[in-house]
Amino acid sequence: MPQARLDRREHITGWAFIAPALILLGLFMIYPIVWSLWMSFQVGKGMNLSFGGLANIERLTKDAVFQRALGNTFIFFIVQVPIMIGLALLFAVALNDSTLRFRGLFRTAIFLPCVTSLIAYSTLFKSMFATNGVVKNALMTLHLTDGPIPWLTDPFWAKILIIIAITWRWTGYNMIFYLAALQNIDRSIYEAARIDGVPAWARFRYLTIPMLKPVILFTTVISTIGTLQLFDEVQNITQGGPSDATLTLSLYIYNLTFKFMPSFGYSATVSWVIVVLVGILSFIQFLIARDRRSA
Amino acid sequence: MTATPMTTTDAGAAASAQAGTRRSGNPFAMLRRALVYVLLSIAAFVSVFPFFWMIVGTTNTSADIIRGKASFGSAFFDNAATFFTQVDALRVFWNSAVIAIVGTVLTLAISSLAGYSFEMFRSKVRERIFALLLLLLSIPFAALMVPLFVMFAQAKLVNTYVAVILPTVASIFIIFYFRQATKAFPSELRDAAKIDGLKEWQIFLYVYLPVMRSTYAAATIIIFMANWNNYLWPLIVLQTAENKTITLIVSALTSAYTPDYGMILFGTVLATLPTLIIFFLLQRRFVEGMLGAVK
Repeated sequence: MPQARLDRREHITGWAFIAPALILLGLFMIYPIVWSLWMSFQVGKGMNLSFGGLANIERLTKDAVFQRALGNTFIFFIVQVPIMIGLALLFAVALNDSTLRFRGLFRTAIFLPCVTSLIAYSTLFKSMFATNGVVKNALMTLHLTDGPIPWLTDPFWAKILIIIAITWRWTGYNMIFYLAALQNIDRSIYEAARIDGVPAWARFRYLTIPMLKPVILFTTVISTIGTLQLFDEVQNITQGGPSDATLTLSLYIYNLTFKFMPSFGYSATVSWVIVVLVGILSFIQFLIARDRRSA
Repeated sequence: MTATPMTTTDAGAAASAQAGTRRSGNPFAMLRRALVYVLLSIAAFVSVFPFFWMIVGTTNTSADIIRGKASFGSAFFDNAATFFTQVDALRVFWNSAVIAIVGTVLTLAISSLAGYSFEMFRSKVRERIFALLLLLLSIPFAALMVPLFVMFAQAKLVNTYVAVILPTVASIFIIFYFRQATKAFPSELRDAAKIDGLKEWQIFLYVYLPVMRSTYAAATIIIFMANWNNYLWPLIVLQTAENKTITLIVSALTSAYTPDYGMILFGTVLATLPTLIIFFLLQRRFVEGMLGAVK
């Protein structure tokens, strides 16, 4: 839409209306970001900071706990995001079939977990996955296990539990984005493909996936950011344990700042690791999406 | 599944022979349909079960919950009594309500004004600022929290509502959401109002706001839920028991050495109820509101 040139009054109004938001964002977002970048080069305890050059980055390379947290965060990211996106796509495609019965019911049910707070559902999962709890009873009734699984005390199973929990909470959320995108796709394309006898999997692979690509990219980036910031669940289900098996970068930053002897400079450095990772991963995802389009 | 992609004509030739039987009576199609129902039923069950678990849990003793008892018990009033003696529920709900309601109203006012202005009064500089804001959207909160905490500590505002609310008020996501929504606002309405002699702030208040009420409704739900469920930042700045929110209290009860799950699940129901009610009252708007950002 061609916009008429703004007169002087409108120009002033334009600034006046965004001023409150800009001032607040400057104060509570841009200033802290710049400050934390500066802080990341500072060393010392509490507020007694002095410039340390690259000392904090050197500390990162020697810090086994940090590397543990980085590794855990990556495992959560690499295992959980594809599973969740895949399930969300599957459910969305299944629910997009207008001849399906109980669509509304299924959709509401699968979306319902998004309504819970991260804390509420963490509590629920912690109690459900207690050593002899309801999940163990269910698995044993189905003859899937012989005895209790040490969900909260074994490093491997604790990671699996966190992955199950996040997938439960966020799959429906992603599904809604795909459902909306699918509803925007022209039905006649599918109808034509079906009449031509294109099998269902090929329709999915060569029609649905390419047309959903922008939304898949969007949700993948959002999920990446979310996973790299993972905090509430690990803090409330496992407290990062057992023996740091579910410690994430955000939880480590929190511990560095508010639990151990406060080390503001170093925790700022760790937080910038997340910023850099989000940037790199989003960039890679954009590249992949663009490559596939030109291919 | 073959690795080499079929071309459309290949697939068409292969499948056209059975195209006539595809619609009905085909055992494969029926099997697939049955599989879809089984899959969706499992997904729906898994999604809803924790809610059932939460409600059943409020009627059971902690020992029964840990043992995985999934049927109603008789400990409901005991659990409620324990919760109300251990938690100053009125105070805690008051804290949550003030933070969520004041935060929501301020965020709506400031962020919608900015979103409206970015779309309505376009200029080169403001477009650049908007692009910068979108870039900041991917900055994780972990990178801000250390400087933010130091800022509020220096301003002696730690442990106040102000400290919890203020950093969330200018939300880039909500600004973006309102800008997208404003694209659908008919600019003729503004022109007509100007001819009638209304000032810009009057146009916003008396023309834009009523016209966009469904956008506001959706944004209200999103912001309210985010504020009500917010965890990490309140955990950092709210330090004394009498200022904590229900979310923080549930989390604190869960991390006790031997958590009393009956009482905790009672608290979890209370903490989830407001968002659950809002969700069911405004389900359609909620889903639309979440999708507003990608349309």
